[in-house]
Amino acid sequence: MLLRDLDIALAPSPGAEPPALLIEDLHFAYPDGRVALRGATLSVARGEKVALVGPNGAGKSTLLLHLNGILRGKGHIAIGGVPVNERNLPQVRARVGLVFQNPDDQLFSPTVFEDVAFGPLHMGLSADDVRARVERALALVGMQAYRDRQPYRLSMGEKKRIAIATVLAMDPDILAFDEPSAGLDPRARRGLIDLLRNLPLTMLVSTHDMLMVRELFDRMIIMDEGRIVADGNTAMLLADQALLEAHGLEAP
Amino acid sequence: MKHIHLSDRYQNGASRIHRLEPRVKVIVTLLFIISNVILPDGAWIGFALSFGLVTLVCALANIGVFFALKRSFVALPFALVAVTVVFTTPGQPLAGWQIGSSALIATDTGVVRFFSILARSWLSVQMAIVLTAVTPIPDLLHALRHLRVPPLLVAVIGLMVRYLTILSDEALRLMRARDARSVGSGGSLLWRAQVTGNMVGQLFLRSYDRSERVYQAMLARGFDGRFLTANPHQMRAHDWWALAGTVVALALIHVAGMAL
Ligand SMILES: Nc1ncnc2c1ncn2[C@@H]1O[C@H](COP(=O)(O)OP(=O)(O)OP(=O)(O)O)[C@@H](O)[C@H]1O
Ligand SMILES: [Mg+2]
Repeated sequence: MLLRDLDIALAPSPGAEPPALLIEDLHFAYPDGRVALRGATLSVARGEKVALVGPNGAGKSTLLLHLNGILRGKGHIAIGGVPVNERNLPQVRARVGLVFQNPDDQLFSPTVFEDVAFGPLHMGLSADDVRARVERALALVGMQAYRDRQPYRLSMGEKKRIAIATVLAMDPDILAFDEPSAGLDPRARRGLIDLLRNLPLTMLVSTHDMLMVRELFDRMIIMDEGRIVADGNTAMLLADQALLEAHGLEAP
Repeated sequence: MKHIHLSDRYQNGASRIHRLEPRVKVIVTLLFIISNVILPDGAWIGFALSFGLVTLVCALANIGVFFALKRSFVALPFALVAVTVVFTTPGQPLAGWQIGSSALIATDTGVVRFFSILARSWLSVQMAIVLTAVTPIPDLLHALRHLRVPPLLVAVIGLMVRYLTILSDEALRLMRARDARSVGSGGSLLWRAQVTGNMVGQLFLRSYDRSERVYQAMLARGFDGRFLTANPHQMRAHDWWALAGTVVALALIHVAGMAL
């Protein structure tokens, strides 16, 4: 695909910076033949915070897994103008912080500290920098006291917060969160919302938490059956009763 | 049911032993194993002193004096394979059994050799248990890399440890799900065999899927085959002392083993 042409076509004015995230006509089928994405297209500007909603099985998780090349569908994806391909993978992975829907898939180290340190260590940082980053990331999610605990022994909500810390420690430009508020208690959920609000990063957050969507995200993308069926101002989309109903959603 | 997790092997602590450079711990363990191997048959004093050394290390590490002994029994059945030497080593006959047309004759040197083999393997296993109890797995892998073990081999060991953890996790979950749905001791033997068969298949599929996703998560965070750790790896004075102390102790054990 002619990346440069695309960028120019989509950029608001010539010479402006490329979108933080660009997905063009993305198709994907799982190895068992199940088609999960049928031509998804979206573009997220730098610093924009976007909610990704839709019924179970809509393809939200599948879409997010494409952002750092874990799944490789047909179509074009670029992160800050850099196309996601084999050669650019390390660079793309350092830029996109992906939090998986299931924290058990994300946490694999014997201690919380080692898990959060995994990303920074592989970025080639010094031991002191790694330690500083781990402390900061754990502090951001309010889990400093857990640094020596074993991840597999934590509760779901605690695991979720550690999973978020593992990504924050890598200092990414783009956060791609898959249902970050699911399973959190009200205080942790509040903490997460405040955290997301205060982080000056580009975000694409898949969620069923419509209250959080209304509170936090100005823009909302609705997915259904592998397609993007609506993309626009959150307040306006939430007011469209017929649209929400057609895709199994409810206004908060 | 108690669930022993693979990474539970590591006993968190800040003892002198824990703080040793991982390379030193690996080398000390290897030296200890080699020393056991070359102790002659019947060097009971030597074996006893070696056991004393393991116990001392356990005590210094604050993990309980008999920590290694208690966990070492799992390895014993494997050592029992050596029981054939009782009958195959030439020496004074002690006892004999007639089985069909062939005779089994236990000899005195055979018995001594058997118990020596038992002592060697048992002691070696104990030190290996201590090693994994005082060294986090990533540090251990890192040390192996420093000791010039081929990177591919180290990566394979590292992934194996990760995946074994996943496997035991999934097994636990499946068993919980089964127990939650079976009343009392649960149906007939046939039924239970069927359920178990299904579970093994499920276990394979589920852990396969999950190890794939965990691997993806590792890739997403920049994994490139290396296992890194934030713990500094430097030989400091007390590391050299520990190494020297081990060599001296093992030498003394050998002198005592030969002389007495
Ligand atoms: N590993 C897989 N193999 C085969 N099909 C899969 C796999 N993972 C997901 N699917 C299918 O792909 C479709 C999209 O799944 P996806 O997980 O992306 O949905 P989602 O929007 O994240 O749903 P949810 O809100 O439940 O998390 C679903 O129909 C699902 O059954
Ligand atoms: Mg999902």
